[in-house]
Amino acid sequence: MVRAAPAISCRGLVKRYKDVVAVAGLDLEVRSGECFGLLGPNGAGKTTTVEMWEGLLAPDEGTVEVLGMSWAERDHELRERIGVQLQETQLAEKLSVTEVVTLFRSFYRRGHEVDEVLELVQLGEKRKSWVGKLSGGQRQRLAVACALVADPDILFLDEPTTGLDPQSRRQLWDVVAGFRAKGGTIVLTTHYMDEAERLCDRVAVVDHGKVISLGSPKDLIASLGAQHVIEFALGEGIAPPPDEALLALPGIREVRTVAGRTSLTVEEVHSSLPALLAELERRGLGMSELLTHHATLEDLFLHLTGRHLRDG
Amino acid sequence: MLGERSPLWQLTLARLRETVREPEAVFWVVGFPILLALALGIAFRNRPPERSKVAIQAGVGADSLAGRLAGARELAVEVLDSATAAARLRAGRVALVVAPGEPVTYRYDSTRSDSRLARLVADDAVQRAWGRRDVRPVREVKVAERGARYIDFLLPGLLGMNLMGTGMWVVGFGVVNLRVKKLLKRLLASPMRRSHFLLSFGLARLVTVVFEATLIVAFGALAFGVPVRGPLPVLAAVVLLGMATFAGLGLLVGARPRTIEGVSGLMNVVMLPMWVLSGTFFSAANFPAAMQPFIKALPLTALNDALRAVMLDGSGLAALALPAAVMAAWTVVSFGVALRIFRWR
Repeated sequence: MVRAAPAISCRGLVKRYKDVVAVAGLDLEVRSGECFGLLGPNGAGKTTTVEMWEGLLAPDEGTVEVLGMSWAERDHELRERIGVQLQETQLAEKLSVTEVVTLFRSFYRRGHEVDEVLELVQLGEKRKSWVGKLSGGQRQRLAVACALVADPDILFLDEPTTGLDPQSRRQLWDVVAGFRAKGGTIVLTTHYMDEAERLCDRVAVVDHGKVISLGSPKDLIASLGAQHVIEFALGEGIAPPPDEALLALPGIREVRTVAGRTSLTVEEVHSSLPALLAELERRGLGMSELLTHHATLEDLFLHLTGRHLRDG
Repeated sequence: MLGERSPLWQLTLARLRETVREPEAVFWVVGFPILLALALGIAFRNRPPERSKVAIQAGVGADSLAGRLAGARELAVEVLDSATAAARLRAGRVALVVAPGEPVTYRYDSTRSDSRLARLVADDAVQRAWGRRDVRPVREVKVAERGARYIDFLLPGLLGMNLMGTGMWVVGFGVVNLRVKKLLKRLLASPMRRSHFLLSFGLARLVTVVFEATLIVAFGALAFGVPVRGPLPVLAAVVLLGMATFAGLGLLVGARPRTIEGVSGLMNVVMLPMWVLSGTFFSAANFPAAMQPFIKALPLTALNDALRAVMLDGSGLAALALPAAVMAAWTVVSFGVALRIFRWR
């Protein structure tokens, strides 16, 4: 099988801000036509990485190639072929949806019709509304429309659903999935593991500017060696049983306690759970909370770093 | 070049739409200078000359002195006891105290121009009352000419100040606002040309300046009869040069700041000296001679001088060489430096 040239590749990427190392030597490849996720807590270096890929930041060390070209040599040509949504952009409040997208369309030699893109992101009915009157979800879709209007080869989305309600998130996911289905390449940063699992073909888990795990969401979760997670909390100030005692119970592969919540990675819930309950009973400990779920990228992150994604 | 798909046109349109849709911006661009001209025009309208207040110190001969001075129309005379008269002189409520006697005594502050005037008029009346005659016939012609009143002086200054204020705010505040909102960064992630981006500010400003200048000049002409004696195309050229100067300064001020507070502070540092020194509300000639070269080099002084020369003196292009050169120099230097130090991301 002949593998297509990568959409993006970077080698030894380093970026420092004064005394903070934001990106500490990154080697990654984004394949053409895939949805690639950078997953990590706030401050992990996701945005810095993506902005170097977008040619907005110059790396201190290392190289970036996008579509086989380097930013230093082919800046303008590359800009014609990527669509970008940035995390903090606030579009002009007093322009209408159509006016904003028309403005962005005018920068590109080729691309979609404005109305076409607005239909794509389901903003057709809002085309005459001022940006200031849009909801958070609508604004994010407008930002994505500004990125899509170039009909780009690569779409960069930096935390596109942060702060959105579930319905708005799903609407945005549909837009991303639609672009992916037509063969577009997507780079997505997120600190939502469900978003990464749902959208991404491959995920790089990033922490402190380094990749700590890379693969498809399924493979990464499988690498935990167990499919399920039991989480429990005892009453306030009560210590859980020691890890050795819990690991001695049947089917328990890993124990992590963070901020009073203990999470157990287990092979089968139905054999481990009764044993856990019996053990707590024997020690006279009462539970204040208990839940079980399929293992997720969140659990992987906890496994790798001992911290939760959302804690940052 | 300016089709629907032209980025320069779209950027300019966006700038214009944002300005027009911001009621505050419209007010500051056109409403404020007109209100100010109206208020100041009324406050400083030409009135008949005021009469000088003269106190006659009570005592022997005071009433007869008062009777003789009452004949002088320029004087308002009253007889006061010496303590009251002295107190009022100190407080500036009378300009001159005349004490009867031999000789007649004038008590006044010789540094106050109203006191000096009162002394001249009172002395003239006293001397005439005791028999002095004019020896040389004279003739008087009184003028109240359009173009020599305060409002005539003020209006070109307001136009100049407005061109400075709106130019600097629209451009300087505009670019910093885009930087703060990270919209500048987003635009740079697209293939937009930086030259188009910068040019769009100038083009949008060109459109607003036409309204701004026309409105202020027309208001002055209609409400107060402020003349435009020079050729209109020359006035237009001066306005455009002023616009370019302050668009350049605005760009320079907005070239680096990352916050609105930062650019506001810089803006005041740049504009405040010009409000005071550049002869908007009173002639810059009032400042000491040593400061004049500095004052003449300020862009607003140059613009105000040029506007007054065209509107009031009817000067053509030739007479405007110096202020035009000053403005052109500011334009070139500030654009040049701004482009060099501009913070794009």
